[in-house]
Amino acid sequence: MSDKCCSCSSAPRLIFPCSGASNVGEIADHAGRKLTRDGVGKMYCLAGIGGRVSGIMASTESAGKILAIDGCPSDCAKHTLLQAGFTKFEHLRVTDLGLIKGESQVNDVNTEKVALEGASALLK
Amino acid sequence: MKIQILGTGCAKCKTLAANAKQAVDEMGADIEIEKVEDIKEIMKFNILMTPGFAVDGNVKAAGRVLSSDDIKKMLAAEGVK
Repeated sequence: MSDKCCSCSSAPRLIFPCSGASNVGEIADHAGRKLTRDGVGKMYCLAGIGGRVSGIMASTESAGKILAIDGCPSDCAKHTLLQAGFTKFEHLRVTDLGLIKGESQVNDVNTEKVALEGASALLK
Repeated sequence: MKIQILGTGCAKCKTLAANAKQAVDEMGADIEIEKVEDIKEIMKFNILMTPGFAVDGNVKAAGRVLSSDDIKKMLAAEGVK
């Protein structure tokens, strides 16, 4: 009898946007979702890391690569991962790409800009 | 205490289940081993990839096959002697 097919795929590339309340947090969130739709990686739940949800923690420990996308220099996504014990990850900050907190529009152009940088970081 | 092996029945899941049984046998512990093969039930554990390994509902590993030694260490950390 053959073995069943399952989700034992290769280690995924996981994306944790800060998804913060500001415009740049929203852009980070949109970029994470776009990267997921484009098949570059898989957006995952940063709140699950903060809450130490066991399944999310264990899955993240098995990730092939991790990308944190922060909107602003508060770096909440980065700090959340670090405090949970994850030290090896790529980090991207939306405001480092010329976008301004409280001013830049949440639109496809700015989302694409962040997503491109994210893809570059995840695939390098 | 209950160990749960999360996986739909592939080779890795079966290997993990066998390793868990070996670990429990070698420790001589009274621990139930449950195979969770229904994908909807597996999803309740919030894991992205199988096989998954949980102790009393808490996921300890996902996406990797733990050796019997790994499992014995985890069980020891849970207080099993």
